Amino acid sequence: MSDKGSIYRISGPVVTVTGIDAKMYDVVRVGDEGLMGEVIELHGEKAVIQVYEDTSGIRPGESVINTGDTLSVVLGPGLLTQIYDGIQRPLKVLEEKMGVFITRGVDADGIDMEKIWEFKPVVAVGDEVSSGQVIGTVQETETIEHRVMVPLGKGGVVKEIKGGEFNVTEIICTLEDGSELAMLQRWPVRSPRPYIQKYAPDTPLVTGQRILDFLFPLAKGGTAGIPGPFGSGKTVIQQQLAKWSDAQIVVYIGCGERGNEMTEVLTEFPKLIDPNSGKPLMNRTVMIANTSNMPVAAREASVYTGVTIAEYYRDMGYDVALMADSTSRWAEAMREISSRLEEMPGEEGYPAYLSSRLAEFYERAGRVETLSGADGSISIIGAVSPPGGDISEPVSQGTLRIVKVFWGLDAGLARQRHFPAIAWLSSYSLYPATLDQWYRDNVATDFPEVRTKISSLLQVESELQEIVQLVGSDALPIDQQLTLEVARMIREYFLQQNAFHDVDTYSNLDLQYKMAAAILSFQENAKLAIDAGAMLEDVVNVPARTDLLRGRFEEGYGERIDELVANMNKQIADAAGAEN
Amino acid sequence: MSGKEYRTITDVKGPLVFLNKTDPVAYGEIVSLRLSDGSIKNGQVLDTSDDMVVVQVFEGTAGIDRKTGIQFMGDVFKLPVSKDLIGRILTGAGKPRDGGPEIIGEFNADIIGAAINPYSRESPEVFIQTGISAIDCCTTLVRGQKLPIFSASGLPHNDIALQIARQAKLIDSDEQFIVVFCAMGITAEEYNYFRHDLERTGALENAVLFVNLADDPAVERLITPRLALTTAEFLAFEHDYHVLVIYTDMTNYCDSLRQIGAAREEVPGRRGYPGYMYTDLAMLYERAGIVKGKKGSITQFPILTMPGDDITHPIPDLSGYITEGQIVISRELHQKGIYPPINILPSLSRLMNAGIGDGKTREDHKSVSDQLYAAYAQGRELRGLVAIVGEDALNERDLQLLKFSDIFEDTYLRQDRDEDRSITQTLDMAWDILTNIDTKYLVRLDQKWIDKYHPTDKK
Repeated sequence: MSDKGSIYRISGPVVTVTGIDAKMYDVVRVGDEGLMGEVIELHGEKAVIQVYEDTSGIRPGESVINTGDTLSVVLGPGLLTQIYDGIQRPLKVLEEKMGVFITRGVDADGIDMEKIWEFKPVVAVGDEVSSGQVIGTVQETETIEHRVMVPLGKGGVVKEIKGGEFNVTEIICTLEDGSELAMLQRWPVRSPRPYIQKYAPDTPLVTGQRILDFLFPLAKGGTAGIPGPFGSGKTVIQQQLAKWSDAQIVVYIGCGERGNEMTEVLTEFPKLIDPNSGKPLMNRTVMIANTSNMPVAAREASVYTGVTIAEYYRDMGYDVALMADSTSRWAEAMREISSRLEEMPGEEGYPAYLSSRLAEFYERAGRVETLSGADGSISIIGAVSPPGGDISEPVSQGTLRIVKVFWGLDAGLARQRHFPAIAWLSSYSLYPATLDQWYRDNVATDFPEVRTKISSLLQVESELQEIVQLVGSDALPIDQQLTLEVARMIREYFLQQNAFHDVDTYSNLDLQYKMAAAILSFQENAKLAIDAGAMLEDVVNVPARTDLLRGRFEEGYGERIDELVANMNKQIADAAGAEN
Repeated sequence: MSGKEYRTITDVKGPLVFLNKTDPVAYGEIVSLRLSDGSIKNGQVLDTSDDMVVVQVFEGTAGIDRKTGIQFMGDVFKLPVSKDLIGRILTGAGKPRDGGPEIIGEFNADIIGAAINPYSRESPEVFIQTGISAIDCCTTLVRGQKLPIFSASGLPHNDIALQIARQAKLIDSDEQFIVVFCAMGITAEEYNYFRHDLERTGALENAVLFVNLADDPAVERLITPRLALTTAEFLAFEHDYHVLVIYTDMTNYCDSLRQIGAAREEVPGRRGYPGYMYTDLAMLYERAGIVKGKKGSITQFPILTMPGDDITHPIPDLSGYITEGQIVISRELHQKGIYPPINILPSLSRLMNAGIGDGKTREDHKSVSDQLYAAYAQGRELRGLVAIVGEDALNERDLQLLKFSDIFEDTYLRQDRDEDRSITQTLDMAWDILTNIDTKYLVRLDQKWIDKYHPTDKK
């Protein structure tokens, strides 16, 4: 046995090797072209390898070399604004090396090893430092300060530390025990990075999407699942979150999805301005794009690559949001590899370990006390693409058992072009209870009560709709007809939000609250007017109400909304007056 | 390597041949099988090891026995590509079918095709006018998109595909599309229909046809679309053509995939289709697009028939997850006598927003399309209600919406097979039919567009 073996069998991305001395998850180089692979099974003398590149043309007998490393990512300044494939090769470098088509056998460093950064130490000679502690900073992008940390397993008294211009591999700090530290670190992607403890989330991840923030909020450090059939808007929601959520770092994993969609993200993001910092959004973003026709084994790895990078920024004390679109494609990659291994399948051909892999992945989310004592978080939002939109399938079910927020997408709503097509009756969030105090302190003291009123109106509407289906809306008493109008207003004015409209695409929490309050105000005033004898039709059709509804597409709506509501209420009162 | 002939077949099962005691054979290598009657079949290596090689035979295994000689060709499947392919009709395995000469390639291209680096793609955003209102206004096609037609048996999807192939153009350019047509398991009758139409309109001169008919070997179907796409890539990225790839019928392709899976005794996924069908389909569909630094483009129109009209069936379902939208053909509209019977509600073009608006189609396009969708969806819902409670129970707004949905189907969707509407006509017609609804109910329309375009409420 040695670190070199030879190929015995090739079946798609799965290659069997004999005569190699390998540990599980060792990274190996396969064949004459040195394709990257990973050991996933051992059978006596034979090692089974999943290969991250296309295996056509490889023959039995070609050699395989064990690198002895496990699948790792490189961590350091230069990660932000990058676009990687599933195994952290920058797509831009791949283009330079092999042109527009991705061929194989090409290596590329995850970060630029030559680029010079301005390193500023924050500890001094003689200070005692420990694993995970910040020893200095680098301005990585305009908005993000990269905090260089002591790698895991290192620690001691600082013997020498240098400020100034360095590339990531140069030694910037020496410890008394002789350890030399550079800005560059490596971390095996399949192992979660350690932290001191997990806290309960208590701050919302504000996304600017009304239905999400207002009715089904996600906490910083929380987990959410978005299952939905094709065409229901999963990807648009994921992209909206990547654009507008108030996380400091965004990791976006395009896992087994469309090439053109990734290109759209790649061309659009650099142009978008972060509403919180006023700088390009790309400054805080790392993207991983392993499209559906790129090798499945790399798709399997892409999710781990992404979450490891997210953990690294969490450890610096940042709030990180990670979007995975779509986890179903990840699960399918597992299924494909599992079936090539001829493993005994679980449900629908997925491997029996599917749900534990899903759970392990989502468990890497959370708000934590980092090793350096800072407070950082990872929020994970996973899209799920259930076959036929039926969420009784294993990936959806495995996800729903773990996540705390369920944003269920509905094909019927999408067909009516009600976007975001989130079904308001079946979706849920388990976070409001822990977040309510934050809303009271930061938005409005009666925020939770307004939310409850809005959601109960939607509930009442669905009950009334059942009657309407049988007898028509004219047969309902007038107060119930009003309720239907109010619910329609909630749906069309508040829940619907146009992601492609410059203004409507983002609503801050204050505006969300005012819009919800405007609806309740309409309900209250309309009721008074109708009690005073006004016709429902006249109340609903006052021109100022149309102004209020249409106004949300105009700049400065937040400042004008109070006035628009007052106008509407006045005209409604006048409508009642005119009747008498 | 090549030259040596093996007679070591151990098993033959369905389209697969198993043999042992070979020199090392490459994964994906092309195989030539010489039968005892002297005829030649071709195949490809699906699994290879020191002890055993599995070969998938494209022409089926009829006539193969243990004495059949097997030769490994030392290379993966390649297609000779050349501009001379334009105007030719080839078999599903890439051999001339029109009696013309063999193709002499500029070079031999690997038919599997490498993935386009997402970083090297260019966003598709050039509007293609198909002249069909339902598509141009509501599910707009852009160059470089893959937009399948989800149809079912007995519906006029072929007519729609042909109409698109005939009429597709860019608004301010007279660049022509080259059509690459890929037939998989369709009947000779359907094929003749396509060919005659292409001949009639002169489009055949600007087309390449790959034809695998229903009685051709099922396994060959697995390579036919790859040959078509390899040709498309060559024409688009080596010779700057804008290529429209039409393939029909994807359902037959997927059934062949299932057949191979079953013969290999793989663990089946939903409804017996292999678990890797998503990836396999992606390897075809993802070969659409535009890349940086190249002038040409590939736009794909796969046609698939949904078994039992079921959109949740694995074939349309997995396709829908990969393609950039879908055009859904409705049996209900077809039975009402409406052509093209496109149901816009489940139809969608994901790239539409990039291809419409000021400077591309018209500034009001998005608003108009949203409003048509919303009004038609509500109108159709009301039809169900009216069936139960009658029109008397409806209020004014609902009555207008109900009427609108009929007018929409009757005048807007309906058009002749050779009626080519410009985008301006399409949008103006939309405003015309929207006059049947009171302006105050048109909440999806920006006020400024109403002021500018509404035929009666214009300011």
